[in-house]
Amino acid sequence: MPRVTEETVEHVARLARLSLTDEERRLFARQLEAILAWAESLQALDTSRVPPMSHPREVEALREDEPREGLDRQAALEASPEAADGLFRVPRVIAG
Amino acid sequence: MSGLAGLPATEIRRRVAAREVSCEEVTRAHLDRIAAVEPGIDAFLLVAPERAIGAARRIDQGLASGGSPPPLAGVPVAVKDVLHVAGLPTTCGSRILEGYRPPFAATAVARLESAGAIVVGKTNMDEFAMGSSTEMSAFKPTRNPWDRDRVPGGSSGGSAAAVAARLSPIALGTDTGGSIRQPAAFCGVVGLKPTWGRVSRYGLVAFASSLDQAGPLARTVEDAALACSVLFGPDPLDATSAGEPAPDFAGALAGGARGLRVGVPWPFLAEGVEAETMARFRESLGALESAGATVVEVPLPHLPHAIATYYIVATAEASSNLARYDGVRYGRRAPGNHDLKGLYGKTRDLGFGAEVKRRIILGTFALSSGYYDAYYLRAQKVRTLIRRDFDAAFASCDVIATPTTPTPAFRLGEKTGDPLQMYLADIFTVPANLAGLPGLSLPCGLAHGLPVGLQLLARAFDEATLLRAGAAYQQVTRHHELAPPA
Repeated sequence: MPRVTEETVEHVARLARLSLTDEERRLFARQLEAILAWAESLQALDTSRVPPMSHPREVEALREDEPREGLDRQAALEASPEAADGLFRVPRVIAG
Repeated sequence: MSGLAGLPATEIRRRVAAREVSCEEVTRAHLDRIAAVEPGIDAFLLVAPERAIGAARRIDQGLASGGSPPPLAGVPVAVKDVLHVAGLPTTCGSRILEGYRPPFAATAVARLESAGAIVVGKTNMDEFAMGSSTEMSAFKPTRNPWDRDRVPGGSSGGSAAAVAARLSPIALGTDTGGSIRQPAAFCGVVGLKPTWGRVSRYGLVAFASSLDQAGPLARTVEDAALACSVLFGPDPLDATSAGEPAPDFAGALAGGARGLRVGVPWPFLAEGVEAETMARFRESLGALESAGATVVEVPLPHLPHAIATYYIVATAEASSNLARYDGVRYGRRAPGNHDLKGLYGKTRDLGFGAEVKRRIILGTFALSSGYYDAYYLRAQKVRTLIRRDFDAAFASCDVIATPTTPTPAFRLGEKTGDPLQMYLADIFTVPANLAGLPGLSLPCGLAHGLPVGLQLLARAFDEATLLRAGAAYQQVTRHHELAPPA
């Protein structure tokens, strides 16, 4: 049962903001099809009463909401490929 | 002085504490060895001699002014290039982070350095830790010191090769599906993946956050325990780090194997383990029995589903974590004039290698509308079943033993064309990550002239029992003393 066509790969690549070449699209469609066919064994298990597990243990991640020093602005900007006036530079996103 | 490279960390520490040798001498001996041996192995993406010697001198000065030696005084460590080291670039083996200098250090690295360890360099890895051979590095492959036509394993292949080649006694790796234990097995060294939450992930570049864990590679169990005693413990900068303080492992190391119950999931091992690898595994069980352990069979019925579960969960998390590489805040940006979506697409297309793209596509697919329930949600439920298997098994044993890998190291290029075959090689290591359990790989002899590993798993937060079993094993065997051909 084919699940992954080149169109599927193209759709998913758009969601993931990847631009693929034609060759990559063909290759990934074939490889992902093989991987998912292999993963088909999961569908045979009865999981109707099984809760999903997102982490190995419960994480108590809440703390008091107290202000504290963050990363220095200049240090953060230095890692950026393009910065100006204390801000990250991006292409224009709003017309006008 | 060259004899210093090759000493275990415990012995370096003893000699430094006794003022028999300076940290600078130890560091220089290892840098000399790196200069001589590294060109044929390519374990490192970056060697940092000046920084290392500067750090060694500072510790020597502290000792000269009467300070007591910190626990890792003068011990050289190699750090996988997925962890931030203050003042050094982090690439994660990826073009998309080429030239990136992190403005902060990983807690795991900071702890080692505060304890007197000397970072000698950043080690090679599969891009974003996605791979089992270090061939997915965007920069170069690393070669197995035992046979340079073979892979060192991955993704912490550079760290494992560095320790095996005596370039440092201890290295830091990370393990999302076996990336510490599998290269440790392939290179004939000890690798320990701690319980999820044991070691802070702050400053560790995320691949799959519910699976990632940093840990040590070393040549002896004692050295791994020494590193763990420094690395373990809560960190306010990582909300998922566990509150438990690091235990004192001295008692565990001296505990012996008497009374230890070793569970083996025999039906799970029935197929697909190469014959000599299986023979070494059976011998290692015999060694543990001779040291006083009892071997029992344990059922782990859902383990055959672990690889499928893992590759859905891990890629789903990766597709989310890697969304941040957009050419805006860090790393490289595609040249040329683009609109915003064009900038994202072009930057990611140029910056990511094929394996990373493949996993982002698979993970995004598993999370996408119409497929989420059938793939991601179902995988999360099977993850619960795997976790329950382990809970049940540990009712009748203290550790679970398997071979670390089904075969010894494969040849460079042997599996790069077939991702599924590469994934299937992780069959024995991924279950511990899914369940969040600690795992230890120990050298257990040679198969076809290449090292293979004995893997032991324990209950969550019971690294002490792993180290106890590992130390007992190394007391009755000599496999960890084997060195690769010069």
